[in-house]
Amino acid sequence: MSSTTPNPLALVAELTHRCPLHCVYCSNPLELTKRENELPTAAWVRVLREAAELGVLQVDFTGGEPLARPDLTELVRAARGAGLYASLITSGLPLDEKRLDELIAAGLDHFQLSFQGAREESAAEFSGTSTHAQKLRVARWVKQRRVGLTFNFVIHRQNLDELEDMVLLAEKIGAGRVEFAHVQYYGWAFENRKRLLPTREQLNRSLEIIKKADERLRGRIRVEYVVPDYYAKYPKACMGGWGRKVLLVKPDGNVLPCHAANVLPGMTFENVQAKPLREIWQESDSFQRYRGEEWMPELCRNCERRTQDFGGCRCQAFLLAHDAGATDPVCSLSPQRAIVDKILSDVNAGVDVARVPPAQAEWLYRANAK
Amino acid sequence: MSTPDSESRPRLAPGCRLNERSQPQRVLLMPERALRLNGPSLEIVERCDGNHTVRQIITELQKIYSKAEPQKVEQDILGYLARLKEQRALDFE
Repeated sequence: MSSTTPNPLALVAELTHRCPLHCVYCSNPLELTKRENELPTAAWVRVLREAAELGVLQVDFTGGEPLARPDLTELVRAARGAGLYASLITSGLPLDEKRLDELIAAGLDHFQLSFQGAREESAAEFSGTSTHAQKLRVARWVKQRRVGLTFNFVIHRQNLDELEDMVLLAEKIGAGRVEFAHVQYYGWAFENRKRLLPTREQLNRSLEIIKKADERLRGRIRVEYVVPDYYAKYPKACMGGWGRKVLLVKPDGNVLPCHAANVLPGMTFENVQAKPLREIWQESDSFQRYRGEEWMPELCRNCERRTQDFGGCRCQAFLLAHDAGATDPVCSLSPQRAIVDKILSDVNAGVDVARVPPAQAEWLYRANAK
Repeated sequence: MSTPDSESRPRLAPGCRLNERSQPQRVLLMPERALRLNGPSLEIVERCDGNHTVRQIITELQKIYSKAEPQKVEQDILGYLARLKEQRALDFE
């Protein structure tokens, strides 16, 4: 198998599950890794080197909040030393200008700043913290320095009416790139789905606004968009295909083919403390399980789209149809598409789409990692 | 798609850079993506350093690819630079 296994191109380094925010759609697992179980610096440095040797070009330092790791500057330096492009996926706190300068001096290539809304009040509601003003400060600091800057807005039913203001905010600060990412329904977001999934009308309006922004800002700001795939006709090519392009290393050193794979029953993951990354990528059961086409149900194996979407998302198949080996139920060809249609018709059936006042919203806020 | 001014000096935008010279496949690294560079595309991107003008890049490439029609080389370069600008990989100074 190893001779035909593709090289991974990107490493997602989930450094910690600690985070000052408590977002209601956090992609971290419901069971968070404790600080004392996080990989030490030396192990991460080795992982970065092994990833580069395996063909990885880019590393995303994420979490939780990667700034919560005091050794982040050292890890950025190690990534650059190994020849990797280093991105920081962050909420922007805790951070001051001195630390930002240290990160850039260590070779940080790209700073991706998350926003929970365009306004203080909504951002505070969805993140469970008051951090919007700090994010704006951080954005201006980054803009004054020579490093890539992306604004990432996580959008959903409750903040879609702020979309135009989000575009203006990115324009005002002068981000090089802006990402509008509809919430994907895993982890905490799956728990809060009823309050997050937009109506079809909202979705269509958001697509129009984003299309106009893209045309207007072309050449100045790169506009990118992630759709909520419950509304799609075909599933997303989750992670670019299982074990095909991306690998994730969790705070405790477990290596996963995608963010949410730990929800899949009967799946065991290898750890970088016990095995080299190359062996895990090429031979481990978890990476082999849904790699290629052999695992596919007949519907997918005979479908000409199998080389584009790779059967969709395994975690979504499990969460919605309770079978990780099924065709992704968001696919219009799936015999289980009715599950998704029922969810959508509930959301769209005359339900009041007005924003629920914060005091009435019953969010399940993401917990703290111990 | 607008054609870049021949006297402007293209420079890789913040967050965009070439990978190390020692690596076997040269790529232009940018946020969330990487662009494979081969032959002419590498020759062009290596000159997007804020020092070369568009005009100079065209002249130098016409020398390197002297067997190709000069007019065609110029058009290809202008088209490539405009595409990189659209992807926010270049600033013009």
